[in-house]
Formats: sequence, structure tokens, C-alpha cells
Amino acid sequence: MARISAGVTTSHIPAVGAAIDLGKTHEPYWQPVFKGYEFSKRWIAEHKPDVVVLVYNDHASAFSLEVIPTFAIGCAESFQPADEGWGPRPVPVVQGHPELAWHIAQSTILDEFDMTIVNRMDVDHGLTVPLSLMFGQPAAWPVKVIPLAVNVVQYPPPTGNRCWNLGRAIRKAVESFDEDLNVMIWGTGGMSHQLQGPRAGFINREFDTRFLDKLTQDPEGLAKIPHVDYVREAGSEGIELVMWLIMRGALDRQAREVYRFYHVPASNTAVGHIILENQA
Amino acid sequence: MKHYNEAFKDIPGTTVFDAEQSRIGYHLNMFCMSLMKAENRAAFKADERAYLERFPMTPEQRQAVLDRDYNRMIGLGGNIYFLAKIGATDGFSFQNLASKMTGVPEDQYKAMMVAGGRPPKGNRSKSDPGK
Repeated sequence: MARISAGVTTSHIPAVGAAIDLGKTHEPYWQPVFKGYEFSKRWIAEHKPDVVVLVYNDHASAFSLEVIPTFAIGCAESFQPADEGWGPRPVPVVQGHPELAWHIAQSTILDEFDMTIVNRMDVDHGLTVPLSLMFGQPAAWPVKVIPLAVNVVQYPPPTGNRCWNLGRAIRKAVESFDEDLNVMIWGTGGMSHQLQGPRAGFINREFDTRFLDKLTQDPEGLAKIPHVDYVREAGSEGIELVMWLIMRGALDRQAREVYRFYHVPASNTAVGHIILENQA
Repeated sequence: MKHYNEAFKDIPGTTVFDAEQSRIGYHLNMFCMSLMKAENRAAFKADERAYLERFPMTPEQRQAVLDRDYNRMIGLGGNIYFLAKIGATDGFSFQNLASKMTGVPEDQYKAMMVAGGRPPKGNRSKSDPGK
């Protein structure tokens, strides 16, 4: 049977992708950011997931305002890197896992989550930057990826509690898939940042640290944070943190933190990264 | 629902992209979305006013685009992820847009970020001291 072995959360800042693509990772500004992922690259090489369910948000790339799905699961064979206005990132095409993706879609819909099934979707920096941070610059991604796009652009986004419960439903789905697969779930975005208006540049280290602590210790408490508190305490784009709760909901209550990294700034954003392992 | 939307209005310097903003900003944001295509970026650069006429935006929205007044565009329903496509077309980074929206020179904005960013103190609520 398939099982979820671990969860990873990471920010997905576009400038980080640009720094990798343009060979700037050794510049003094960027060095501390990439140093924070050295452990993670070794860790993932040892743990070799077969499939990653990658929770992210689209940034007006695949979805405009014409159609705004709250939860969209990518069931295609492959996903092209999106052209976000300056050409697609020079990264490998993302290979999907249609059988498991469809299985998760069916199982979660029957569990009363109204998923949108997507068979054609370009994936933007929200999905490809975490892959680059964890795997570097391979000729092909060493893992199959099931994109799960969450709306955090148009208000209201899903509540933290809804995300937490969706994570639990995803776990149930994965564990009922009849093939031995090592599955990981990643939650991306965050941490505190604000890109818009006179308050742009907002960062809240204290809130972020508490959030990282509670991710292992009190995820149910995190699931109760209302949207207005995210915007007030983590900046308008800090709302992306609700996506981390999907990751957390899919793991054991007793999941163990094996790595943590936090750094300010990368461009406008606080970088937060954590690795949680399920008990074997 | 009214209470949900109202609660965000106490947060200084922030516009939440709610149903009302999305409704009034639809055509402005869809104009931005059109800049995802290279041929549209070229047409916009060749004649901005003529290109903007293709979209049923309000005169205020068109003027705010021509002025590159991002805070005004946000006030008129623009969403930052869509507006960033204008910045990309102009060849500017997100930090450059942030410096425009916060009204400080870009080097000063960058220095603020390196020093830890804009602090929460005094920036949580419109009723914070000094707001």
C-alpha cells in the first residue's frame, strides 16, 4: 500500500528561482538562503520519494479571474512550467502520477471535498521553486508530482480548518491506494510577507517562529487561526500559510521535526522551511 | 459575510482582494493577464492608450495604468499578482514595485528588508499609536 512518509514545507519566492536559474546562488545576498537547504537536499536524496503531493498556489498564471477553483488537483501525465511574463523557467517538465491523482480526487470528493479536476495546467514558480530548492538543477525531476493548487488570491480562501481536514482526507486516500509507493506531501508559500500597498515589506519573525513551533506541537491550534489574523500578523500574502496545514493534516499527530530553517529576507519575504517525518 | 469583509479594513496599508474588489477590478486584471503573451506585451508597449481601449475598463483605471500608480490600481480593484505583470512588462522587479507602493527609493526599501523588514509594531491596526 502507498504511505505518506514525510512532509516538507517551504516558501516559494520567485526571486529564489531566478537566483538559481541565473547562477546567483553564491552571491552574498543569496548564500544564506541556499545554505539553509543543503541538509534538505541530502535528506531527500536519502529518502527518495516516489511521488510528491505538492500543495501550492497559482499566481495568476494558470488561473486568471475567469475560473477560480478553491482546490484544484492536477491529474495530467505532465505539466509544463508556466510563462509568467518573461518566458518559462528553464526547469524540467513536471511528470504527474495520474493514477494516484485520480484516486485522491475520487476519494476526497466522496469524503465531501469538492475538488476541481484539472487535466491541463501550466505550473508556475509556486510549484517549481520548491522542486529546485529540494532537488537542485537535475536534467529531469527525480520524482512524480501531483500538483494541488489552492486559491489564496481571491477572498475568501479556504479556512485553515478546511485545509487541515483536506490533509487528513488526502492521507486516507493515499493509504487506500493499492501500490507500494513512498509518498511525501509538501506545503509551500509563506512565511510572513506583504507584496502590496503602503505596508509592503511587512515581516513578523515572532509570528513565524510561533507558527513553526506549533506546526509540530499544536497544529489543531493553528487550524483555528482566522484569515484576518494571518493578514494582520503575517502580511497580506502570509495567508499562503493555510496551505501548510494541508501538509500537516496528512501527517501523524506525532510527526517529528527533523529540520528547520528560517531566514529574512529573500526579496520581500521571510523564508521558512521545515521537514517533518512520520513514525515508521 | 459583511462582518468577515469589514474585519480586514482595520489593517493599515492593505487592501484585501475580496468579492467587491474582484468585481470592480475584473477588466483591469484581465488586461494585466493579457500581458502574459509576448505579442500583447509588444502591442501594449507600442501604443499603451490604444491597447488599453481593447478592455472595457473605466477611464480612472486606464489613467492609473498609464501613470503606473500601483496603489491607485489596487484601490480600483487591481490585484498585486495581476498588476505585477505590468511591472514585468516594464522590466521591473517586485522590489521595485514595492518601493513605488511604499513611496521610498528602491535602495532604501531593500535596506529595510535586509534589516528584517517592516516591523509589526505600529503596523497591525489603524488604531496603533502613530497611525
